Amino acid sequence: MVQFYDKTFASRLLIGTALYPSPAIMQAAIRASGAGIVTVSLRRESAGGRIGNAFWDLIRALDVSVLPNTAGCRSVREAVTTAQLARELFDTPWIKLEVIGDDETLQPDVVGLVEAAGILIKDGFEVFPYCTEDLTVAMRLRDLGCRVIMPWAAPIGSARGITNRDALKLMRARLPDVTLVVDAGLGAPSHAADALELGYDAVLLNTAIARAADPVAMANAFRLAVESGRIAHDAGLMGPRDFASPSTPVVGTPFWHAVS
Amino acid sequence: MNHHARTRVPESIDIIGAGIAGTWQALLFAQAGCKVTLHERGDASMTESTGHWAGGMLAPFCESEAAEPLITRLGLRSLDLWRGALPETPFNGSLVVSHPRDRADFERFARLAEGHRRVDGGAIADLEPDLAGRFHDGLYFAQEGHVDPRHVLPALHEKLRAAGVPIEFKSAAGPDDFDGAVIDCRGIAARDTCPTLRGVKGEIVTVETAEIALSRPVRLIHPRWSLYVVPRANNRFLIGATTIESEDTGVSVRSALELLTAAYSIHPAFGEARIVAFGAALRPAFPDNLPRIVAGNRTVTVNGLYRHGFLLAPALAEVTVAHVMGERTDAEVVRCA
Repeated sequence: MVQFYDKTFASRLLIGTALYPSPAIMQAAIRASGAGIVTVSLRRESAGGRIGNAFWDLIRALDVSVLPNTAGCRSVREAVTTAQLARELFDTPWIKLEVIGDDETLQPDVVGLVEAAGILIKDGFEVFPYCTEDLTVAMRLRDLGCRVIMPWAAPIGSARGITNRDALKLMRARLPDVTLVVDAGLGAPSHAADALELGYDAVLLNTAIARAADPVAMANAFRLAVESGRIAHDAGLMGPRDFASPSTPVVGTPFWHAVS
Repeated sequence: MNHHARTRVPESIDIIGAGIAGTWQALLFAQAGCKVTLHERGDASMTESTGHWAGGMLAPFCESEAAEPLITRLGLRSLDLWRGALPETPFNGSLVVSHPRDRADFERFARLAEGHRRVDGGAIADLEPDLAGRFHDGLYFAQEGHVDPRHVLPALHEKLRAAGVPIEFKSAAGPDDFDGAVIDCRGIAARDTCPTLRGVKGEIVTVETAEIALSRPVRLIHPRWSLYVVPRANNRFLIGATTIESEDTGVSVRSALELLTAAYSIHPAFGEARIVAFGAALRPAFPDNLPRIVAGNRTVTVNGLYRHGFLLAPALAEVTVAHVMGERTDAEVVRCA
């Protein structure tokens, strides 16, 4: 089980609701993923908060927790306003906080992120900040009261998997009590398994599933990978070694030959 | 009575909605020998119709990137019906290009869409001389066509009048106002009887410039939307369209920026173009984004054409006529109420 503020979930996969060929395929993919939390973009999908009622009904029918996001916001003020709009519309204190600092890479503006997180937490929000792998930023967010932190694997939609493994390992080691989610940049189920094997609590995905030729089958593949990665982490992975180490003794090889 | 007759021709048929779906229904029912009346809530300008803001792309292969095989199948049949009804319809293909940064999405499009061949910079320049030197590779869909909805709809209405089909504009008629057979083609207005129907906002902009000419729709790969620039008469171009899950019909600044940037990045001459109009319409869609013909006792509802109104309307009309006449039922599209 994984904890997101005061709620617990069996699934360690969070899934987005954008870019599917149709809402029916979106529903089927979300069900196949087993996810208990879906993210909804207030800006991209709904034109200033006027989300289509029919589309909203289709999301509600899934019986999952909704995590509204501030995708596309480029300033603290914009992100705070969008979060307040989302709280009214979706009736939840949860907000995935995204403040974009660079249009080329869609990299989070971590300075603006920390500022916006502080404002929103004082206002009673439960913030899920989308950040880079920078440890000190994550520590600031924790100190402000974020109990969930979501560093990227790679830029949004880039499908590159974890590009700075050492930094993500360090963050896991230094923030053992925070729910850590790898968000953005995962392209293949193996990338998701990788994140769970590193000890991350969950992953958040959208494009890799929604834009697959068969989104429902891909959602299932990610579900299995996330389960597999977590089981492997709990089972205790062997670390990498510099030399071959046979699992059975190589009978007949004199030891002085084996070390030459 | 001849009980062996395979076909049954209804005495009269009232069709509600003179948009592209209803117009094709009227045309094919009239051709099948029925006495047809077409009813429309708006006036003859048809500015309230979703099709007023449509791109009018007849692109079954391009659409196969994101749509189900059913769309391609019906779309291909529609191409023949368009050729038959309006032989002057241009079928000179469509061109798909992308910026280097969207390379991965371009390759994905090439993999998922059928019916194209790859073209290099030279071949693109041969097809569209004004795009010479701007793109190094693209996809050419030779068999596709396009129509201008604002010309084609009045032309089809004229054809109907010539065939003796009255069109009642400013009509308040609903599906329950008739004793005989009714074909309900009200689109998004039919939500009172189709609870799962939703509106999906599409925004477009029309611009005018004499500095560039295109002879076919040019589609630009975009990470979220199918964006295209469609040439129109009198140096005009339609740039569309966004796809947003909202039932609001305003055009946002963000969408305007994305549409205009797309055109500008296809050719900088669009930077000097004059903006003619912004517009938005709600495409009627069911949750699977597929069209449906729902056959009740007296009323047949044809709806959910989504982004594919001009592509699907002729084939859906043919399927409806065949079902109502008792000739055959296309089980992939026709459902019982």
